[in-house]
Amino acid sequence: MHKLRIIPKLVLIGAIASMTQVHAAGGGGPLEEADIDPGNIPSLQRGAANFMNYCAGCHSAQYVRYTTIGKHLGLSEEQLIDNLMFNANKTFETINTAMPPEDAERWFGSVPPDMSLIARAKGADYLYSFLKGYYVEPGSPTGVNNLYLPGTSMPHVLWELQGYQAANYSEHSENGIVTRQFEGFEPLTAGVLDAEAYDGFVRDTVNFLAYIAEPIRSDRRTVGVWVLIFLTIFLVLAYMLKKEIWKDVK
Amino acid sequence: MTEDAVDNNRRHFLTLATGAVGVAGIGLAAVPFLSSLKPSARAQALGAPVEVPLSTIEPGQMARVLWRGKLIFVLRRDEAMLARLADGIHQLRDPDSGVVEQQPEYAANDTRSVRPEYLVVEGSCTHLGCAPLEDFEVRPSEDWHGGFFCPCHGSKFDLAGRVHKGVPAPLNLRVPPYRFVRDDLILIGQDTGAA
Amino acid sequence: MARAKAEVGRPTGGLLRWIDDRFPLTKTLKYHVTEYYASKNFNIWYVFGVLSFVVLVIQIVTGIFLTMNYKPSAAEAFASVEYIMRDVEWGWLIRYMHSTGASFFFIVVYLHMFRAMLYGSYKKPRELVWVIGMLIFFVLMAEAFAGYLLPWGQMSYWGAQVIISLFGAIPVVGDGLVEFIKGDYSISDITLNRFFALHVIALPLLLIALVFVHIVALHEVGSSNPDGIEIKDHKGPDGVPLDGVAFHPYHTSKDLLYIVIFLMIFSAVVFFAPEMGGFFLEHANFEPANVRATPEHIAPVWYFTPYYAILRAVPDKLGGAMLMAVAVLLPLFLPWLDKARVRSIRYRGWMYKSALSLFVVSFIVLGWLGLQPSEGIYVLLARIFTLIYFLFFVLMPWYTSIDKTKPVPDRVVYNA
Repeated sequence: MHKLRIIPKLVLIGAIASMTQVHAAGGGGPLEEADIDPGNIPSLQRGAANFMNYCAGCHSAQYVRYTTIGKHLGLSEEQLIDNLMFNANKTFETINTAMPPEDAERWFGSVPPDMSLIARAKGADYLYSFLKGYYVEPGSPTGVNNLYLPGTSMPHVLWELQGYQAANYSEHSENGIVTRQFEGFEPLTAGVLDAEAYDGFVRDTVNFLAYIAEPIRSDRRTVGVWVLIFLTIFLVLAYMLKKEIWKDVK
Repeated sequence: MTEDAVDNNRRHFLTLATGAVGVAGIGLAAVPFLSSLKPSARAQALGAPVEVPLSTIEPGQMARVLWRGKLIFVLRRDEAMLARLADGIHQLRDPDSGVVEQQPEYAANDTRSVRPEYLVVEGSCTHLGCAPLEDFEVRPSEDWHGGFFCPCHGSKFDLAGRVHKGVPAPLNLRVPPYRFVRDDLILIGQDTGAA
Repeated sequence: MARAKAEVGRPTGGLLRWIDDRFPLTKTLKYHVTEYYASKNFNIWYVFGVLSFVVLVIQIVTGIFLTMNYKPSAAEAFASVEYIMRDVEWGWLIRYMHSTGASFFFIVVYLHMFRAMLYGSYKKPRELVWVIGMLIFFVLMAEAFAGYLLPWGQMSYWGAQVIISLFGAIPVVGDGLVEFIKGDYSISDITLNRFFALHVIALPLLLIALVFVHIVALHEVGSSNPDGIEIKDHKGPDGVPLDGVAFHPYHTSKDLLYIVIFLMIFSAVVFFAPEMGGFFLEHANFEPANVRATPEHIAPVWYFTPYYAILRAVPDKLGGAMLMAVAVLLPLFLPWLDKARVRSIRYRGWMYKSALSLFVVSFIVLGWLGLQPSEGIYVLLARIFTLIYFLFFVLMPWYTSIDKTKPVPDRVVYNA
């Protein structure tokens, strides 16, 4: 039974291949789990509105067409025009920002990155944590800093919703070397949304960002199921044929 | 090799069945590859309907516009031109727009247009695709009542884009889908709710 | 020839006869397919050659279709890949098949090579089959490397930067050579354009030619088998090896079964995990190439990491580059390093079995180390396993000549 010996080896290869690489994202503190649901259409619709209202002023999503969003999120042309298209005239256009890049560089020090692929580059958990990770730091140009991207030039755009919070650190001294460890956030001012509602707001937004990073995600899974069903049928036939033909071999 | 133990019918069936499923699989796999050659979302976006303002076109004049990279003639026919349409009808191969693919249903009429005044046709000769030249002059000696002339192989069309007999081009000039958004604005490439 | 003469102007015997008189169609099919006899006791290790061919076909077909929409310019490359992923109908499938295919190419080729080491397939008279195979492997590495630059993401750019810089380690000509490869003073539009030419024309042509020669050489000497004996030594009265079965229909029906299994695994990745957790498509490559910022963790794609770990094990630029080059080249000499009188692992002694096991462990551990930061314990581990990797080859003439081998059977072991 030489054939069976391969199985543990294949399992080993699979196990090695499935050790996921950690997303490259700097900063301190463990990432919070975004817990997004790509199949939740209402969440994606809310996220789309959030993105257009709060992000698209500065961030483009230059590879994403409104028509694609409409198709996947079940929005009609009128709904797209009325609710999402603030910077565009035609539904087949991509999401561009009204802000000229030169101005952006002058105002923020760097051009705000395009959001089309940010979720695939940084990971949903990072984005979720980042949007919850602003804390007050009086010395900084924007008055805030971010736990997950220290020194970011992006201001706390969502402060009205979240309110401001402070970051608490504990200091440890060991052999004369002082290390600071992040302990948690502490709310300073109340926002329009309570903590739970704000989490939901950020989750919807990140869900939408994950969606635009790979709009065909649900398509490929659907097709994949059919492909595997087809191959399973083919497998049965190929197995029976092989058995039949190898009856000759003694 | 013990031939007796082999059920040849079963073997034959399995070979055929596996082969058929395999060929079907290759056929199905070819679908996405061939589909990828169709105009992409960007090509479709760039090929979106175009608006043509009519106020700048004087009677008897013609505008050339591009839709999906194709040349479109928008001719504003004056009264005299419209009257001449009937004069050369004996010369035409398909005076009644009988070939349905060459125009939308709403343009299959005497003037081959939504409104008699405006002719909208693709500026592409139905012979081999050259762009016909305008020749709106009337020359009774030549039995020419005005129309289009293709410089490549000499095909002739009248002021409604209808092809003459005895020329290489087989069909009338094609009328693209279009509709009037307002009295002075047409949209070429879209006709939902039109005519 | 007399028959062809008699038939001038009056074809008889059908189309096949007509062709056969002018082109060796039936003869070729017989020689390579219906009357090519390979051992009946092939196990699963013998399927990876066919699977390599399947992946080659997948890569060529998907590659052709990608080329129809990809733009090899620094300004447009990244956007054109996203254009394929979003705007081209089914473009995502074609792209994922190609990116997944690249990784699967190395999986099946590594397993195919390991098969040869298990059963001594490279030993006389199959040395040339092995050497040509190794050349295919080298071209494949170049092909994969050139292809990885094309999406023009952060990993594309910085990966190419690191690997091309290796050539700078060569004394005297190094710096000039680096500029020559890049065609510019840095990796630029010019570099991308020539890597594109290499990836889609030059290297694939070479690859296909080498695969052809690989198969011609194989069919000249005949396939090996898990017992490492020559089936040609025992022929029946009809001249057919007693332990051999025709490639078609026996091996074809068996291969088809394995191809379907392979396609299921392949599809599972393409449709449900095309990034494979960042191993097949690296996260940083979803950001466009940026000269001003190197990604925090830079590592080559997984299939190069064993060699990358060897490179980093040496604290010297030239030394590291040379050691890596030697590590890649060493397997080429296996047919002459292996002094054992038997081919198959089944009849080898404990020494080769242990050496091969250690080699496999070192290759996998080095692959893992290549993904880790080059610091602390990792450096030490990389050095230890680099040493094992090299000792496997360097000591091979010694341990294979003194290793106690078991008697080899006359005929292959086969239980129907």
